Amino acid sequence: MKPKSKKIYKKKFTRSSFSEKKLPRVKVLVFSGYGLNCEEETKYAFELAGGDADIVHINDLISGAKKIKNYDILAFPGGFSFGDDTGSGKAYANKVRNHLWKDVEEFISKDKLIIGICNGFQILTNLGILPGALMWNDSARYIDRWVDIKIEGKSPWLTGIDTISLPIAHGEGKFYTDVETLKKLKNENAIVARYVKGEACEATGLPKNPNGALEDIAGVLSHNGNILGMMPHPERGLFVSQLPHFPYLKEKSRRDGKKLPKFGPGFQLFKNAVDHCKKK
Amino acid sequence: MASRIIISQKVRDARAETKKDQFNSLHLKSEIKEVLVLDSYTIDANIKSDALPKIATALTNKILEESLIGKLNIKNKFDWILEIGFLPGVTDNIGTTTKETIEDLLKLKFKSGESVYFSQIFILSGNLTKEEVEGIGLTLHNPLIQRMRIMSHKEFEKEGDLNILVPKVNLKSEDAIIEVNLNVSDEELIKIGKSGIVDKNGISRGPLALDLAYMKTIQVYFKSKKRNPTDIELESIAQTWSEHCKHTIFADKLDEIDEGLYKAYIKEATNIIRKKKGKKDICVSVFSDNAGAIAFDDKYLVTHKVETHNSPSALDPFGGSITGIVGVNRDTIGFGLGAKPVANMYGFCLADPSDTRPLFRDKLQTQKMLSPRRIMDGVIAGVNVGGNCSGIPTPHGFVYFDERFRGKPLVFVGTVGIIPRKIGKNLSTEKEAKKGDYIVVIGGKVGQDGIHGATFSSEVMDGASPATAVQIGDPITQKKLSDAIVKEARDLNLYSSITDNGAGGISCSIAEMAKECNGCRVELEKVPLKYPGLTPWKIWISESQERMTLAVPKSKWNAFKKLMDSRGVGADVVGEFTNSGKCVVTYNGKKIVDMDLEFLHNGLPSRNLVSKNEKNTYLEAPKQSTIDLTKTFKEMLKRLNITSFEFISKQYDHEVQANSVLKPLQGKGQVNADVAVIRPILDSKKGVLLSSTLNPSYSEIDSYKMAASSIDGAIRSVIAAGGSLENLAILDNFCWCSSTDPVRLGQLKAAVKGCFDYAVAYGTPFISGKDSMFNDFKGYDEKGNQINISIPPTLLISSIGVMNDAEKAISLDFKFEGDLIYLLGDTLEELGGSEYFKYLSQKSKKEFVGNVLPSVDAAKNIKLYKAFTKAANKELVASSVALGRGGLAVALAKSAIGGKLGSEIDLKKISKHTTGDDMTLFSESQGRILVSINPKNKKAFEEIMKGNSVVQIGKISKDSKLIIKGRDGTEIVSVDVDALLSDYKSTFKSF
Repeated sequence: MKPKSKKIYKKKFTRSSFSEKKLPRVKVLVFSGYGLNCEEETKYAFELAGGDADIVHINDLISGAKKIKNYDILAFPGGFSFGDDTGSGKAYANKVRNHLWKDVEEFISKDKLIIGICNGFQILTNLGILPGALMWNDSARYIDRWVDIKIEGKSPWLTGIDTISLPIAHGEGKFYTDVETLKKLKNENAIVARYVKGEACEATGLPKNPNGALEDIAGVLSHNGNILGMMPHPERGLFVSQLPHFPYLKEKSRRDGKKLPKFGPGFQLFKNAVDHCKKK
Repeated sequence: MASRIIISQKVRDARAETKKDQFNSLHLKSEIKEVLVLDSYTIDANIKSDALPKIATALTNKILEESLIGKLNIKNKFDWILEIGFLPGVTDNIGTTTKETIEDLLKLKFKSGESVYFSQIFILSGNLTKEEVEGIGLTLHNPLIQRMRIMSHKEFEKEGDLNILVPKVNLKSEDAIIEVNLNVSDEELIKIGKSGIVDKNGISRGPLALDLAYMKTIQVYFKSKKRNPTDIELESIAQTWSEHCKHTIFADKLDEIDEGLYKAYIKEATNIIRKKKGKKDICVSVFSDNAGAIAFDDKYLVTHKVETHNSPSALDPFGGSITGIVGVNRDTIGFGLGAKPVANMYGFCLADPSDTRPLFRDKLQTQKMLSPRRIMDGVIAGVNVGGNCSGIPTPHGFVYFDERFRGKPLVFVGTVGIIPRKIGKNLSTEKEAKKGDYIVVIGGKVGQDGIHGATFSSEVMDGASPATAVQIGDPITQKKLSDAIVKEARDLNLYSSITDNGAGGISCSIAEMAKECNGCRVELEKVPLKYPGLTPWKIWISESQERMTLAVPKSKWNAFKKLMDSRGVGADVVGEFTNSGKCVVTYNGKKIVDMDLEFLHNGLPSRNLVSKNEKNTYLEAPKQSTIDLTKTFKEMLKRLNITSFEFISKQYDHEVQANSVLKPLQGKGQVNADVAVIRPILDSKKGVLLSSTLNPSYSEIDSYKMAASSIDGAIRSVIAAGGSLENLAILDNFCWCSSTDPVRLGQLKAAVKGCFDYAVAYGTPFISGKDSMFNDFKGYDEKGNQINISIPPTLLISSIGVMNDAEKAISLDFKFEGDLIYLLGDTLEELGGSEYFKYLSQKSKKEFVGNVLPSVDAAKNIKLYKAFTKAANKELVASSVALGRGGLAVALAKSAIGGKLGSEIDLKKISKHTTGDDMTLFSESQGRILVSINPKNKKAFEEIMKGNSVVQIGKISKDSKLIIKGRDGTEIVSVDVDALLSDYKSTFKSF
């Protein structure tokens, strides 16, 4: 939600482990406009992780009212930019290429972090910033479900994460690339994660690969792991209560006399990025 | 000259594969070996040919696709080419995006009339006849909005190309304004009211839906003005007075009820409840705005609105349902100063998709109705695109089947919104257009789409139904608008009032808003058009989508316009609000509308509606002494009204906005739930519960009890998930048939009375409602016989609750072996209109409708629900589900499948009031909830529930078998839960 002010956050979370008031704020730019639609929860995720996030309409970057170079992290959130017309992510990528290409190149050259989630991932592959492409699911239908992914890539985004459950929601999420690129991805530890059979599949009785992705690939990296793109939505898994089997987990923990953790499987990714920038 | 770019796939294309399978399921004489799908962009603009490769590059993902400029060139062997594109003037979203892409790339602006048109080209390999290809084409397009071109391989060889076709709108300029002579006979007045104004070329413009009493009132009004009305004035009145806009059936005097059903029962129920609740009143804004609002917390309100979009969905199911869902989103954006949509809901009432009996709108059988399957696929796809593209989660919905929805489906769409109580210093619910404010229209442009939508839905559907009533939504244009308003302009305080442009277009929205300051003056030529040549009356009443009307103070216009420009949202001043008491419209300086607002809004005469009570007796089902209950149990799970519709839930994004808590599919078995919980404010624990219930199969037996059951069901689902009666509100949507028929009015009166009695008894206020009163189809069957199909009187009750801690929400799936299973509430022999009787009817090809409907004992239920809420708050309940269609059997199956856990159940203690085990299992008695609890909580749970009907009927077992013992102790059902799961998911497996 938009009206969540930063004040509330400082107040609420200064007691917790991520109260690093004295360090400089990590500035995150979350893109918006033309049908992107996960900007608010993505901003929320970065702020929960201790960052300082702004939602910026792409036209405000084009007009120069806001500048990419003033930020530490760029986030291309999920959504339906231009309604997926002419192919998911294509039209928004064209807009970035036509107007912001130099700024983005400069940003990348400074070893800064970029994330593309779902539609954001599609935008980054269309720009060629990430390898491969996302094509129609094998079912040729939009699908919303939870998946399990096993992390295998090397990236500041992924420190300390192993196998996690996250939701996906997409029509064009089947990762595809040519043999050469695939080989390269493997050599460079640039596959973010693969779909595996884990807790979420178990809890919903669904198969591991939701879309027919090549070698079960859920996301890829580039530029030494600084740039990450993935189809699953970590910002929709910030709290345990978002898990599909939360009612079961809750009942189980009650019987076992244990407390469930507050944060969900997606939170660490944002925290990693913010912590990484703070250290720099 | 137009040019064309064609994009084809380099790698295996799932879209093409799916299409191939679909075509091959059409019983073709020989198999289709290959299908290629090409995307074609026809650019009708002055673009230099050397720019085309640049454009092609921008339209191609080079890893997956390749492009072709100009001539169609097909490398592979093929037999047929089939092209599907839009008819001129139909919303073409992909074309629009491509145009924007080109403009941005080449840094130019398309001139007026220049455009890009999208089409899809299917290349088919297979030994097919032209008729077969046409048949395939008919599954791919709707002739009302799309065109099809077929070319054989031979023809293609001969022509050398599929020539470029530009579906440009070319409107002949018509006489701008005509005067309609009302000094005519009553017969003539009736004709004008029914078939519409006659153009100079003798063609009727389509229904005004104004009956003689209305026409005579209009006649008298214009006589007093000493002139005849203009066409646009008459059209304007027709829109404003339409059943769709004025809800005359609910407003007019009915029998002894002078103030009409709405005021006497619906509104009055809410008034009484609010008074009684006093300080605990949850209502904040009811019945006065585009949606209803209740308290969420100290800072926010939560809004809800449920709409129907039935008539358009019958003609173009995709267009009808997408405009329905994005339309009701606009009701949310248009609530107060603008609420943010946080959840969608849907409900589709359809005919059996396997029903292939054709229906025609005309005697000559030239206008075929779409098949139930096409309608089903279309309406599902409409909400998919509308909801998903808008970034609004869809956590709740239902499907319901009855063959009486064959002529007209019902498409329910609803949106929940969140709005701060205050915007700056002002209450967010208060808005007022002021004299001198600009009238501003934002969003899309105006075309011929949706002309006569409002008057059309107030009429019976027949051969004369206007095709232009169909619109297609453009969710991205609306998303841009929504973000710019709700996330920016609202909080900058840039406008003083806002409302949706829905039925009747700006003719209704501007005239409605003009009430706030008592007048408006519109300069119609300032309204932006999609294409030239639209006559003024069309501009005025067009229902082109994605538009909202605002009152913007002159001092704020520049800032507002600048903001909209920077967000890619069209915004135009089309006039000024006044206090003249008049609605004045000019066109290029000439006054073409000049009517008193008082007459426009309140001039319609009240009719005296008369109702009649008719009670029918229906056939009872014979006693089933030898029925195999295991088999019956399994068969019941496959029934259309009970089976899993997972394929719909899963294609609707319910995780976006990260607010989902209790999801549409629950447990390991992913069972469709009747209730969902969202947490709309990310840093608040508070949850919103959503549910809905309808019982059309009860209506003909007793519509009063039907209403009672629907209210109880919608409330009970929310209670079962952890909500409370104190924080619960309801919405009514009446979809009736033949509503001037006294018998139908009698049923309506009884149903509305039921709504009043039970809403008041439960203390759950109505906060919003809508009605659609003429859901009748008049047409012809395949033999050319006239056929009338009316929907069963249908009342949808939607419920919305607020809970303090969303994490306390309870799901329906059994959780652990050894847990105790309880049935709360009494089981009586109440199977009239039940799903079980329908099953028996189908088996024996008879109509066992039955006569005994569930009776709802509100006082008893309130006691039970309050106790249950207490138990839920103490977290004593592991699973719970409200009993609905199919009764205890279906509830048990859902919990068992959900948890993939078996159970042992004994019916003995709950068989006191029933005559057979089948009756106990399938009775649809209301007021019942099935729960499972941790055995450790037994004492605490029973203590809290004391004094209510609470029976432990079994426990969750170790193995995965569901075993039910009957009244005499013998095993009557024994089945593996896995088998139940596959039965439950079998019906729509291939959907």
